[in-house]
Amino acid sequence: MSARASVVARAVGRLAGRLLTKAPTLLLVIGVSFLLLKLAPGDLATAMAGDAGAASPEYMAMLRRQYGLDQSVWLQFWHYIANLARLDFGYSFRNSMPVLDLIADRVPATLLLVATSILVALAAGVSLGVWAAYRQGRWIDTAISTLSTVGFALPLFWVGLLLIILLAVELRWLPSGGLATTGFDGGLWAGLLDRLRHLALPAFTLSLFYIAIYARIVRTTAAEVLHSEYLRTARAKGLRPARILWRHVLRNCLLPVATLTGLELGTLLGGVVTIETVFSWPGMGRLAFDAVTYRDMNLLMGILVWSAVLISATNLVLDSLYTLIDPRVVAR
Amino acid sequence: MTSERSPLWRRLLRSPAFVTGTALLALSLVMILMSATFYRGNPLSVDSPPFIEPVTEAAHPLGTDMLGRDMLAQMVHGARVSLLTGLVAAAVAVLLGALLGVLGGYFGGWVDRACTRITEVFQTLPQLLLAIVLVAVLTPSLWSTMLAIGLTSWPQVARVVRPEVMRLRQTDFVHAAALSGMPPLRIIWHEVLPNVVPTVVALASVLVATAILTESALAFLGLGDPNLASWGAMIGAGRSVLRDAWYVAAFPGFAILATVLAFALIGNGINDALHLRRR
Repeated sequence: MSARASVVARAVGRLAGRLLTKAPTLLLVIGVSFLLLKLAPGDLATAMAGDAGAASPEYMAMLRRQYGLDQSVWLQFWHYIANLARLDFGYSFRNSMPVLDLIADRVPATLLLVATSILVALAAGVSLGVWAAYRQGRWIDTAISTLSTVGFALPLFWVGLLLIILLAVELRWLPSGGLATTGFDGGLWAGLLDRLRHLALPAFTLSLFYIAIYARIVRTTAAEVLHSEYLRTARAKGLRPARILWRHVLRNCLLPVATLTGLELGTLLGGVVTIETVFSWPGMGRLAFDAVTYRDMNLLMGILVWSAVLISATNLVLDSLYTLIDPRVVAR
Repeated sequence: MTSERSPLWRRLLRSPAFVTGTALLALSLVMILMSATFYRGNPLSVDSPPFIEPVTEAAHPLGTDMLGRDMLAQMVHGARVSLLTGLVAAAVAVLLGALLGVLGGYFGGWVDRACTRITEVFQTLPQLLLAIVLVAVLTPSLWSTMLAIGLTSWPQVARVVRPEVMRLRQTDFVHAAALSGMPPLRIIWHEVLPNVVPTVVALASVLVATAILTESALAFLGLGDPNLASWGAMIGAGRSVLRDAWYVAAFPGFAILATVLAFALIGNGINDALHLRRR
């Protein structure tokens, strides 16, 4: 018990250490986003003036002075960092709202979508991978491997549209988009069911990519374990198959699955942009799409920086999970 | 040289993944050929009635979309955009990734720390989101799409090249070259790079696959070149007529799937063949 506690303590210590090492990376991310902001055609003044219609050069100059756009680039960069440190991501003139408020509004929907997709993918991908490994070389193994290759090559937004055509337009089983039925009022359970029905299609579509890559890595890892010496010993001493599956096969798959989850998180968040657009899901991805459409650069950079923070944080948590999954990782 | 190379080719031809991938790639090449022969006109020109259903009129085998543009003409021209973007973007990614991977892996020390840090920054940013921002900054065009995808997909290459170079740096033939007074850049060019090439080729094929996927996503979101027919843009346009003409959004997707699958399978096939040789 105390060994487990010390492992947790070490994991927390490691987390704090890793947090510091991430700081320069995040600072560079902010630098990149500032650079892009400066490179983008037009600036804050043109964005504001564009909203108000034609503006005189004097008015534009006044706006630039007011917002410090006439200062040196380095001074502007310093202000940008100082503002971000105070969680001030600037103002979205298109939405007449601070960028942070806009993003905070949308984060829960995206987290719900992403978390559900990862859970679905874990259940489906790991099962498929283990199944293929147990039937190595048989037709079901070939079928699962083929499916996983195809899953990697699928444009997810297209799959989403096909599912809408089939399940929402033709069969009318599921709603075609949105977070919930507007004006729906049928009590708690019916409301929850309505939410789930809206979540089903986007979450499943988004999970396809992870299912494909999980299935592949789990198949490889599980196949290795199944051919190992110690598993032959475990079988020889009469260990029940279910116990072998849980204690030996699945346990060994945890680490590669966790690593892959962190590594591909960026790809998943990219998929979020198209999937949320297809299913009118009011999350950060859809917000990013709107920001691009209206060239709302402040908002776009806010989303970019927040995604980087989200990815860094998740990787930090996964990093510390490694030591819990496999205590040997600490030694490295 | 030939004795070492020929078994690799024979292994490739025996790999089902490689053969299937090549066959699928031939399909896209046929489409490009069609775009240069039967469908030489502008695929975006409006010259037919809208919503002609597929397989009903000989003049429009795949029908027409909501603006009366021929579907097949757009599809075969989309193949050009997808393949060109995929190849150029992957080339940019390979060049950048190999440069940072080789520099970091060979010289170590602060050079390596700097290269690793830059790679980490790009890995912390979601690839598609960064590509979207880049295209928005550069204004949508064929070139900005290629550049944006290339600039955002090189970390994968650096991550594979760096350890490989670090391993090669410790080999006897590199030590021998260094002792004989060969300058570092010459060693990298003549001794290290040739040994990295096979791994990179397999990865490059997969990079083309993901680049085509990213291109289609960008075009779907309306960030492609507005003057060119592309599969992603067709799907994006078809989205608004999903209920009346499902085929407008459905058909281009199969083309994307086939082409992406082709490069992914070729990459897997090369990988398998290489690992067989090493064993």
